[in-house]
Amino acid sequence: MKPAQFEYDDPQTEDEALDLLARHGDDCKVIAGGQSLVPLMNFRLARPARLIDINRIDSLSYIRREEGRLVIGAMARHTHLEHAEEVAQGWPLLTEAVGWVGHAQIRNRGTIGGSVAHADPAAELPAAFAALDAKFQLRSKRGSRTVSWDEFFVSEFTTALAPDELVAAVEVPALDPGTGTAFVEYARRHGDFALGGAAAIVKLGRDGRCERATIALLSAGPAPVRAKAAEQQLRGAKLDDSSIRAASAEAVRGLRPTSDLHGSTEYRIGLLRTMTERALTKAAQRAASSTS
Amino acid sequence: MSRRIAVEINGRAVEGEVEPRLLLADFIRDNAGLTGTHLGCEHGVCGACTVQLDGHPVRSCLMFAVQAHGHRIATVEGMAPGDSSLHPLQQAFHECHALQCGFCTPGILMTMEAFLREEPDPTSERIRSALAGNLCRCTGYQNIITAVRLAADRLQNKGEAAVEAS
Ligand SMILES: Cc1cc2nc3c(=O)[nH]c(=O)nc-3n(C[C@H](O)[C@H](O)[C@H](O)COP(=O)(O)OP(=O)(O)OC[C@H]3O[C@@H](n4cnc5c(N)ncnc54)[C@H](O)[C@@H]3O)c2cc1C
Ligand code: FES
Ligand code: FES
Repeated sequence: MKPAQFEYDDPQTEDEALDLLARHGDDCKVIAGGQSLVPLMNFRLARPARLIDINRIDSLSYIRREEGRLVIGAMARHTHLEHAEEVAQGWPLLTEAVGWVGHAQIRNRGTIGGSVAHADPAAELPAAFAALDAKFQLRSKRGSRTVSWDEFFVSEFTTALAPDELVAAVEVPALDPGTGTAFVEYARRHGDFALGGAAAIVKLGRDGRCERATIALLSAGPAPVRAKAAEQQLRGAKLDDSSIRAASAEAVRGLRPTSDLHGSTEYRIGLLRTMTERALTKAAQRAASSTS
Repeated sequence: MSRRIAVEINGRAVEGEVEPRLLLADFIRDNAGLTGTHLGCEHGVCGACTVQLDGHPVRSCLMFAVQAHGHRIATVEGMAPGDSSLHPLQQAFHECHALQCGFCTPGILMTMEAFLREEPDPTSERIRSALAGNLCRCTGYQNIITAVRLAADRLQNKGEAAVEAS
């Protein structure tokens, strides 16, 4: 089908965009890569009265290191993140995660800000940002604020973003040396949304024991899930098959992923447990080889 | 409110007066008269509508024509160097029987042309992965993979980079 009519603005600067958002707020939608919004508009599941196109705002399109952190502008495309050398060096979890997003043709248009604002519970980047304890810079005419990932993701397709606010950037803290990361997921076909997936970060101490472990799950609930109890359980433990298996069982305890035609709740819980085991195992191997 | 846009399609300047809701795919087909770009699903899944925007494959069903203003677009019609010759990829598709109904072919060619520019010597595993965003109901894909590999060999042997389809 074809989209319904709408008014269209393509501001050249962030200030112009924020003015337009302040004026039209509820009636309008920001369009970034359009890879989630345009399908909804073509099906007429979304009928915004006005689109504010932020593709011509060059100042939102960057990836850079600032005081050790990685800062990603909202309009950086998935492809841009996938091929950024400094990301592969310092934040390989993001390089690994973004490769799972759709197909090359989708990643050439899709943006980091869009993936975050869209808040699909099956999306890779929100889960990777949850694992990395990322923060989001939000801007409106009223001012700027920075919110952590867990304040930002409220529920499926629902965030803390106000109607007049723009996601401006994502801030990702640096990882300690000796850290290993891994992102794994399972989908029926390459490029499909994941039925389940896990991101893991493991830091080993000098004695080879786990100093810190982080586990974030996608397609596990309405928003990215951090398995805090399992993370706690691994702190100070020797990472072997049995401790990883036990922590992975703990990670999925209490989860109720929705049952649908692609998989029952029970199947999805089993899948998430396996994904967690694989992510932790890979992350631990990578941490070990980076310290040795 | 309609807008005036100017784009370059296969090296030719094309202007038009368009409503914001006009999809780029429909602009290419109806306004520019280039019906080689096909529309299958209109939600980004099938890949039939894939064109190149500034050299990069994108879905033309997920962009509005107004967004292409000032940009360079390449479609399947721009690939062949002349009326009596084909681009090496097209030639290989022809020889290897890599198409049957041909509905998916333009999108696949636009995807693979860019892919071979980035990866001139891909394994069949890499070709499969690059093909994942294009659905074909007819061929079963095997001949497509063979054709892409053949085109890669020929493009490399000639020592020339894949002709950017513009
Ligand atoms: C075939 C196909 C397969 C896909 N597979 C996957 C997949 O496997 N994993 C995955 O994660 N995604 C997938 N996607 C979605 C894709 O990643 C989108 O690019 C992404 O979800 C949204 O980014 P976008 O820039 O395209 O946003 P848009 O579609 O432009 O916008 C999405 C939403 O976010 C809002 N928005 C966008 N940017 C901002 C901003 N800066 N500030 C405030 N609001 C904003 C919009 O108003 C809209 O509500 C797929 C899409 C397609 C078509
Ligand atoms: S028509 Fe655009 S991807 Fe199917
Ligand atoms: S040849 Fe018919 S869909 Fe591919």
